[in-house]
Amino acid sequence: MSDSPIEKSNKRKYFLEKLSGRFFLFCALISVISLALIIGFVFFKGLTPFVADGYSFVDFIFGNDWVPSEDKFGVFPMIVASLYATIGSLIIGVPIGLFTAVFLAEIAPKPIAKILSPSVQLLAGIPSVLFGVFGLAVIVPFLQNNLGLPKGQSLIAVIIVLAIMMLPTIVTVSETAIRAVPKSYREGSLALGVSEIGTIFKVVIPAAKSGIMAAIVLSMGRAIGETMAVILVAGNSLIIPTSLTDSVRPLTTNIALEMGYAAGTHQEMLFATGIVLFSFILILNFVLAKISAKGGQ
Amino acid sequence: MKTAINLSNDSSVQAETNKNVKISVNNFNLFYGEKQALYDVSLDIYEKEVTALIGPSGCGKSTFLRSINRMNDLIDNVKISGDIIIDNENIYRTNDVIKLRTKVGMVFQKPNLFPMSIYDNVAYGPRMHGIKNKQELNQIVEESLRGAAIWDEVKDRLKTSALGLSGGQQQRVCIARAIAMKPEVILMDEPTSALDPISTLKVEELVGKMKKDYTIVIVTHNMQQAARVSDRTAFFLNGEVVEYDKTDTIFSVPKDKRTEDYITGRFG
Repeated sequence: MSDSPIEKSNKRKYFLEKLSGRFFLFCALISVISLALIIGFVFFKGLTPFVADGYSFVDFIFGNDWVPSEDKFGVFPMIVASLYATIGSLIIGVPIGLFTAVFLAEIAPKPIAKILSPSVQLLAGIPSVLFGVFGLAVIVPFLQNNLGLPKGQSLIAVIIVLAIMMLPTIVTVSETAIRAVPKSYREGSLALGVSEIGTIFKVVIPAAKSGIMAAIVLSMGRAIGETMAVILVAGNSLIIPTSLTDSVRPLTTNIALEMGYAAGTHQEMLFATGIVLFSFILILNFVLAKISAKGGQ
Repeated sequence: MKTAINLSNDSSVQAETNKNVKISVNNFNLFYGEKQALYDVSLDIYEKEVTALIGPSGCGKSTFLRSINRMNDLIDNVKISGDIIIDNENIYRTNDVIKLRTKVGMVFQKPNLFPMSIYDNVAYGPRMHGIKNKQELNQIVEESLRGAAIWDEVKDRLKTSALGLSGGQQQRVCIARAIAMKPEVILMDEPTSALDPISTLKVEELVGKMKKDYTIVIVTHNMQQAARVSDRTAFFLNGEVVEYDKTDTIFSVPKDKRTEDYITGRFG
């Protein structure tokens, strides 16, 4: 017995069904493959000096001198600079961002929130090079003139620029988290004669804690990985910063500044710098996953 | 001596002069934007009694309850006229919401404990009002949980999350949390509607016991509950108080045809 027209058309449907499934899978694989390729490439290049050429990994991480022409590759000052810049920007950015989120979600009258919220989101869309240019044209001269520095490009300039750049992430993610706190919690607290601000700090923010933590970790990732804006305001000196006004070179700018002309071991060492950077991001993502899992419970 | 302003003008209410009026409501109107939700509500709520507010959904009983501790302030565009007077203080004139809500506690329809331990939930109010002494807090927590008839069930797990309790237990901890503020009035907004029958019974028994210390106003859609727990009942319909009287009277000889229709289950 031959297939009826209906069965035939069904067969075609099943075939199409399967085909589309495969196609979507292929699309999904592209991103995974890209990730694998990038990681593989960076690690292969970056680990070569240590595995094949006998450079000490410990010296690389804890070495204070980065002089490629003398075969000295130590990234410790850059690790310190990256960490200081990230922590510093968090100290400024997190409270401002969190208070903005609280204001938008809890206090602001609707018309004001309607103007403020999109402005904050627009801030996220500004290309990072523009943040750098702004920092160079406004923040750097300001610091130079007001703090009496010989050179305004400094750790504090990096911190300020990064703090502004992380605001949209902190604000939007924590605003969402705060809005997700059930109204009944607020009512329960207000009905006990607790003020609105007291309610926000003792009930709403603790209840939104995991979302706010996620916001902080995400913005840390942004701060530690930011390159373009930082390059313009960091000053790029290879020293371990001892004060906020020191010129610094974080990990990202080291790669961006030198990759253009580096060759051989020098180039491989820049990939190794990338590995250090990547490890930080990996740790942050791991922490983020932990936080999200906890928040989901 | 103030007496009940009620639409039935029942003499038995006026005759009873040994009870004090705790909350006096005069021509209270409430609007959500353009829409009027309460029309000229006037009634007196007596001290250390249970007053039940009944009526079909959307009749304004919850809105009225929330006017007594000004929880409606949280909603935009709410306008009111008329007076609610508690202990000779017009609560919409004094504008001290914090003081008002300290005096008038509230228990909500769904248990709304905070995601903290049982102890912290009950201690939350007192702590936020400045009590830091540990012993004092311990005492308040124990007294409040005993007062809400839940102490024996939770005394060994005070430091565990309150959200691990059953719904009925959570609701009684909510009552304990309200009691911890030592209020004079407790408002209950359908406190048993999310509970199973046994938990409901426990809460009802508790309400019966609590009225010796507190003035209780309870919204319920369950008429048997109103009949069981309350001393007085107000029947709301479309934002108006149709009838307000002693519960016995309302349920045996209602004056208004609409009340009778409602309590005999003809609508609502």
